[in-house]
Amino acid sequence: MNLSRPARITVRIAAALGFAVIYVPLLLVLINSLNPDRSSGWPPPGLTFDWWVDAWHSSGARGALWTSLKAGLGATAIALVLGTLVAFACQRYKFFGREAISFVVVLPIALPGIVTGVALNTAFRTVLEPLGVGLGLFTVIVGHATFCIVVVFNNVIARLRRMPGSYEEAAMDLGAHTFRTFVDVTFPLVRSALVAGGLLAFALSFDEIVVTTFTAGPGVQTLPVWIFSNMARPQQAPVVNVVAAVLVLLSVIPIYLAQRLSSDTASGSRI
Amino acid sequence: MEGMAIRLQNLRKTFGRTEAVAGVELEIADGEFFSMLGPSGSGKTTVLRMIAGFEAPTSGTVELAGSDVTRLAPFERDVHTVFQDYALFPHMTVEQNVAYGLKVRKVPKPERLKQAREALASVRLADFGTRRPSQLSGGQRQRVALARALVGRPKVLLLDEPLGALDLKLREQMQVELKAIQREVGITFVFVTHDQEEALTMSDRIAVFNQGRVEQVGTPAQIYERPATPFVAGFVGTSNLLTDDAAEQVVGDRATYSIRPEKIRVLKESALADEPRHSRATGTVAEVVYLGDATRFLVDLDAGGRLTALQQNLETSSEDVAAFRGSRVTLQWHQRHNFRVPGTR
Repeated sequence: MNLSRPARITVRIAAALGFAVIYVPLLLVLINSLNPDRSSGWPPPGLTFDWWVDAWHSSGARGALWTSLKAGLGATAIALVLGTLVAFACQRYKFFGREAISFVVVLPIALPGIVTGVALNTAFRTVLEPLGVGLGLFTVIVGHATFCIVVVFNNVIARLRRMPGSYEEAAMDLGAHTFRTFVDVTFPLVRSALVAGGLLAFALSFDEIVVTTFTAGPGVQTLPVWIFSNMARPQQAPVVNVVAAVLVLLSVIPIYLAQRLSSDTASGSRI
Repeated sequence: MEGMAIRLQNLRKTFGRTEAVAGVELEIADGEFFSMLGPSGSGKTTVLRMIAGFEAPTSGTVELAGSDVTRLAPFERDVHTVFQDYALFPHMTVEQNVAYGLKVRKVPKPERLKQAREALASVRLADFGTRRPSQLSGGQRQRVALARALVGRPKVLLLDEPLGALDLKLREQMQVELKAIQREVGITFVFVTHDQEEALTMSDRIAVFNQGRVEQVGTPAQIYERPATPFVAGFVGTSNLLTDDAAEQVVGDRATYSIRPEKIRVLKESALADEPRHSRATGTVAEVVYLGDATRFLVDLDAGGRLTALQQNLETSSEDVAAFRGSRVTLQWHQRHNFRVPGTR
């Protein structure tokens, strides 16, 4: 598309502004984590790594990070198994209610977190607590899994749609039984979609706060929840900045990998 | 039954309300090059998929080498398939693709590599073993698919329009090669195609499919010269039928007659009826198509209807040919080429 010179300049400025709105605040967090002024005064009077050392020794932050990792891994594992199964069912088989199922699977990602949170909270307390299972890490994992399934499902079903069924038929034709066909042909061809979906699912779980608040029992604090409750304390503000900066850096990795994997296989796996 | 590679009995397959295969009976002999010819949607591919085991018949049986395999899975049948889209595994090299069937059957690695290389050499792709399928051309992929299906020496090879994606030159070349390979290995080939010329040139026998049924089974010459039904007469070769009044006036019998275009001679209208036992019809040339080696005349008969006549360009050139358009001619052919299509009045 050819644009006139003024139009081109306008569009560029608009794009620059858009990115600035998103990324300048993140940059500020990073800078403030190195700001010696405890109340994040501006401009920073100098440079310090004290807060990073403090954060490293903060047992609250470390505990929360550990909880978040466990919750993220648990939710991702559930999402990978269930999301993949549903994707195969919806893509490979025709059955009554197939459209409805794929709609119902995708819906949770669009539901407001507060609704999911309240609903799960009520359900867990009325169903699980009488059985002796209180709110805790387990309920957080289940809560996260409800929307993590969606990204796995979407990734896998997109891959399956592009993959002709004749690959699997060819394997069976050459003598491979059903399980062997899955191991040798189906799984290698959907593997990168699983990894991409899993990374996105983990990233979703890792920064979740609303559903977590409603499903976590007392004493279970994920990293975002810990940040939220420590932000207002002036003593902890610098450490919160450090944790936030770490999270920004950590989120870059899975998103970058997921993007590379999905674009790689889009061009590479077709014949 | 002895010597029978495949036997289909009253085979039926319905998808929802549509009947894709409506009672097919076929016997295919050992070592035969057998084609299933028909327009798309005629059920030929579904029959092939039922022989391979990808579709379960709604009713009827599939026998391979005398034993009933109707309820067996694809991996329990001694049959390999060359797919229309080749279905080469994109995450494996060419060599791994070809060796896959042997690997599944636990052939030791050195032995299966040796056999895979031999198979690749036999389709003239010896140097391509380490490549990925995505790095090959269409014709090369086609040959890899063939090598992969042949390497395990199945009793029967099923080919689902394997030449459909190739351009004309390559297709003609592959037709010759396929036929040579089949003669060499002596395996039964079941070849699905909608291209009548392909079926006629390659097959020992042909089954012509229409609307889920077999209209005729026979050698290429039988199918072409003596079509059993009006459909076969129309589908194989140029449709050239004389019906009703025209048939009565020209042939002297009110029925449907098929006359192959190359049997008809185009003469000047004034030409004398000097040859005995010949049918003659006068008419006006409606269209002349110059084909290079031959010319096709479309003639509107005075008796009604239209016949196509094919003439070798022995002396004519393109300029002469154009002058025929609109002129009056007499068509003449020997009476033995008047083939009365069965099943018509």
